[in-house]
Amino acid sequence: MSSIAMPSIKTRTSATDRSDSLRPLALAAPLLLLLAFSFGAPIVALLSRAVYEPTIANALPRTIAALRVDGATGVPAEPVFSAFAADLKEAQAAGVIYEFAKTLNTRLPGARSQVLRVARLAGQDQTATKEAMIKAAPLLGEEQGWAAIRAGTNRFTSFFLLSAFDLRWTDQGTIGAVPADQAVFTRVFGRTFLIATLVTLATLALAFPLAYVMTNVRPVIAGIVLVLVLLPFWTSILVRTAAWTVILQKYGLLNDLLLWLGVTSDRLELMYSRTGLIIAMTHIQLPFTLLPIYSVMRAVQPSQLRAAQSLGGRPFTVFRRVYLPQVMPGVLAGCLLTFILCLGYYITPVLIGGASDQLISNFIANYVNVELNWEMAAALSFVLLASTLGLYVVMTRYLGLDLFKMG
Amino acid sequence: MKLTYRTTLLALASAAIISQIQPASAAELTVMATGGEWQTALRKAWFEPFAKKMGVQFNEQEYTGELGKIKAMVETGNVPIDLVTVETSTVLQGCDAGVLIRLDYSKVADRSRFLPGTALDCGVGIDVYGDVLAYDTTVLKEPPTSVLDIFDTKKFPGKRAMRKAPAQNLEWALMADGVPIADVYKVLGTPAGVDRAFKKLDTIKKDIVWWEAGAQPPQLLASKEVVMTTAWNGRIQNAIDKDKRPFAIVWDNQIVEYDMIAIPKGAKNLDLAYKYLAYAAEPEVSAQLGSHIPYGPVMADATPFVPKDVLPKLPTAPDHMKAYLVGDVEFWGDHGEDLVKRFNAWLAQ
Repeated sequence: MSSIAMPSIKTRTSATDRSDSLRPLALAAPLLLLLAFSFGAPIVALLSRAVYEPTIANALPRTIAALRVDGATGVPAEPVFSAFAADLKEAQAAGVIYEFAKTLNTRLPGARSQVLRVARLAGQDQTATKEAMIKAAPLLGEEQGWAAIRAGTNRFTSFFLLSAFDLRWTDQGTIGAVPADQAVFTRVFGRTFLIATLVTLATLALAFPLAYVMTNVRPVIAGIVLVLVLLPFWTSILVRTAAWTVILQKYGLLNDLLLWLGVTSDRLELMYSRTGLIIAMTHIQLPFTLLPIYSVMRAVQPSQLRAAQSLGGRPFTVFRRVYLPQVMPGVLAGCLLTFILCLGYYITPVLIGGASDQLISNFIANYVNVELNWEMAAALSFVLLASTLGLYVVMTRYLGLDLFKMG
Repeated sequence: MKLTYRTTLLALASAAIISQIQPASAAELTVMATGGEWQTALRKAWFEPFAKKMGVQFNEQEYTGELGKIKAMVETGNVPIDLVTVETSTVLQGCDAGVLIRLDYSKVADRSRFLPGTALDCGVGIDVYGDVLAYDTTVLKEPPTSVLDIFDTKKFPGKRAMRKAPAQNLEWALMADGVPIADVYKVLGTPAGVDRAFKKLDTIKKDIVWWEAGAQPPQLLASKEVVMTTAWNGRIQNAIDKDKRPFAIVWDNQIVEYDMIAIPKGAKNLDLAYKYLAYAAEPEVSAQLGSHIPYGPVMADATPFVPKDVLPKLPTAPDHMKAYLVGDVEFWGDHGEDLVKRFNAWLAQ
């Protein structure tokens, strides 16, 4: 009897299990679909620009064919030049020559005007020789110029991602560092992580004691403190940043106050400095660190602490072995939240930070808005996104922060 | 605090939304300009008179001059604007990227009537401005006499502000290092020349506060954050004339630049946009801006129409043209991206 009933129960329970786990998923389906379409897909499309750049290849079909015949290195022979001239002429007629010139210029600074000159030549003179073309565009007579063109004919490129790490392909076909005076991104990523760490530590140092006080005072006072923390939180980040410039500037409130109190004898350089930036960012991020910590601290039962004390635990031991483990998830969640938000800071570094305090978002914005080099912006965004996700995974897995208990 | 790719997507989305809610009407012209006192001056000098004359509605938007915003509109096929004001190098860039249309000058004006370099394929000049040096006369008792004095920290100690970009600063650095004005771009076109310019900038790097928006230099002077600053001449002149600030302008070694206006690809009111360009190119009209902000006209035949009291405040006044350099658009088209990267690397060091 039982041997017959058992499988049917098992099947039934596992069916129930499955529908139990599917039902919430079905409930979340509209949101997940919305996220996939409105958020996931555009991000993937934009990030794919980091590795897919077909402009040069599209403009040079004949040149690519001729290069295949000619060989892999060096300045090619006459046929490639005539194919190149034909391609440029057609690109000019189709109105894509400028985009081609600009794209090549990204890889080979100074190429833009030379390409346009050769294109004009090719348009006027059907039989422009190699010599005439090199005269119009000296880079066509250099190995380096053709190396850039050859590399550009590949639609999939590692150029931008390598650039994001201050690396490039050398002439010998190996990966090497770019010259020191052009290396910028590793330093900026390092700076971004450093500032995020400093701000996270500063908010933690302020938030932990404050949250502790809030859990231990009368509810009315705790409520007032909470409102004081939340009021700025509800104010626009731009307004708060502007307020900090009023306070921090050379003839601003803080400097006036310090001078009046006799704390300092000279006005401090707080604006356009890292100190000012960290002060402002710490203020803006404080609620993000505080609220998760406060919420877990409230859940800790005072009776447990009293019990631990009555069993002979000294205050520090009680704090370390009973209190801290219970509030740790909140601390980690708050710190992670602040750290990740700091990685994306943009407005505050622009307005308060100095020239050497600009974070990676400022560089991404520059490539998107000013340089129109969306490939480079995509590559930097990809590195930022990947390192943020990597950090999140490490935090959740190795520091024991449960993904579903955050906040 | 925003992730930039997300912002871009938001911009794409909002561009789409804006275009949906704006009715396409032939009697409307939308212009996007770079704001501040300058846009107010444009409105008074040109936009409002044109709207009145043609009986059209003039819509204005503001942006910070970045091409990225226009590119996003053009790529999504929703272009809710008909005219944009841009810098000269941006015209070149927008032309290359296929974001701005190539103008049909038969619908605007004879190209020979424009000052050299102000009638480009994808944009027409609207005014002439000078990159100059400005200081507070109550702070600096002994006045600087050349923009290049910004490099003299012995004689003029204290913080100084410069625009956070390599353009102009590298040129000035070379001039201060002894390169004759005529050779500046020739020298800057060589790697050794670039090194030389950065080496000169190194000497004052720790004393520099960097500005990005045109409204910042007068603010930096007013808050006494800096003792001198490079600036666009009009912003300083307006602070002197309208806000009664004790500022002064140093003209020697100024760099002369042009502001431009262009039509983005896909603009809905193309005919009206062309009518506006033709209107602004009339000599009497072209001369109007100077009364609202002291920038000179780009139409060669407009000078007689500039009011007598405005003329001496313009970058093109004879007194101001003793030592000057005209910004080289082609040079920055070629080397801009590379030098910006080098500049950022230098800033980060």
